[in-house]
Amino acid sequence: MSPDDRQSHGAALPVRKDVPAARLVATLAIAGGLAGMLIVSVFQWAQPRILHHQAEVLRDAITEVLGNPDHYQTLFVIDGRLTPDLAAGADSTDFERVWQGFNAEGRPVGFALLGEEPGFQDVIRLIFGYDADSRQLLGMKVLESKETPGLGDRINKDSSFVGGFAGAAAPIRGVKKNSGTGAPEEVDMITGATISSRAVIGIINHRLEQLGPLIEQYRAEEVR
Amino acid sequence: MKATTPVQDLTRGVWRENPVLVQLLGLCPTLAVTNTVANSIAMGLATFFVLVGSSFLVSSLKKLIPNEVRISAFILIIATFVTIVDMLLQAIVPDIHKALGAFIALIVVNCIILGRQEAFASRRPVGRAVLDAVGTGAGFMVTLLMMGAFRELLGNGSLLGVRVMPVAFEPWVIMILPPGGFFTLGFILLGFGWWKSREEEKPKLRRWPHGVVSSNKADEVAA
Repeated sequence: MSPDDRQSHGAALPVRKDVPAARLVATLAIAGGLAGMLIVSVFQWAQPRILHHQAEVLRDAITEVLGNPDHYQTLFVIDGRLTPDLAAGADSTDFERVWQGFNAEGRPVGFALLGEEPGFQDVIRLIFGYDADSRQLLGMKVLESKETPGLGDRINKDSSFVGGFAGAAAPIRGVKKNSGTGAPEEVDMITGATISSRAVIGIINHRLEQLGPLIEQYRAEEVR
Repeated sequence: MKATTPVQDLTRGVWRENPVLVQLLGLCPTLAVTNTVANSIAMGLATFFVLVGSSFLVSSLKKLIPNEVRISAFILIIATFVTIVDMLLQAIVPDIHKALGAFIALIVVNCIILGRQEAFASRRPVGRAVLDAVGTGAGFMVTLLMMGAFRELLGNGSLLGVRVMPVAFEPWVIMILPPGGFFTLGFILLGFGWWKSREEEKPKLRRWPHGVVSSNKADEVAA
């Protein structure tokens, strides 16, 4: 900045005090309007991509916890029962959803259920697969968690914990590592992450308590 | 304010007036999201983009913005850029967006950005404002990277998710937890202060700006 600039700046200050209030309001209003328009245009570009990605994540998770089924169908919880049919015009995301997987011969392999409950720090959201025939779990995947890095967040990827759910008999029971009796309902918990492990086990058991009867009813109707 | 050259505007923020290490600004993201190198890079890039974009706009519009509402106008401009970055990250790299969480939105109140608008961009030509923003943004990124590399290396035994420490190395989990952020920042500030005090003790001759011939060289030329 040259000395001249500074002087003109200084001289301009008293004049600036007389800026009418209307101009101040107009400046901010116009700026706000422009900012809003800009954000809306970016939003319209980004929103489909964000939704697409979320759907993709959910699809991958369903496939994973059902053990790579050939295909799956979405069931909706409407009026206390499961149904694959949605009234015309209804938004599919308004209802609780359960997914039923089928193998290549078209035989059902199990159901994928969502569940969420508070963990150690924030809500843990997970999806798990349940085989209603053998009453065994097929797999579990944590979708969202903010558990402590290095301890609680091992519920996401610690293979000896996550792998322990496949084949466990419902309702499951958490046991300390290496202290189980080998019973089918036992799942090894993570040392140092007892609360997070218990939360995961709790979510699965509670969801099965709530939705288990609905699943049984649906299967009974299907056979008929 | 001293007159500065464009090169000085660009390089000043990177090291000598580093926003974090010297001005101790923007400590919240510095401590919170530097637990891995990937998070550090994403946070650094997001802040860089917002800073450069805001400095450019504020400097271009400085004649139109009345003095009385300048801070509101700056915040409006910054918030617009942050919202755009937030949505872009969510659309393009959702995993990183998930890891950074609320800290993307909090770039709005990062005082490095508002500080550069008020102290520099709002009273300088557009070119200089952008140079200054690039330098300051780079300085912020350099600091985040140092923090992220140190914490991920010790706390997880890896860099950018690739394990580099020997198998026998037991990760210091505390380094990726919040206390690790404070430890790391403390050590980096200590090192930086030590380097700076040594720099100041050096003989004046060696600190002369480029283009000035030192007395020794002058002697040589004379000979």
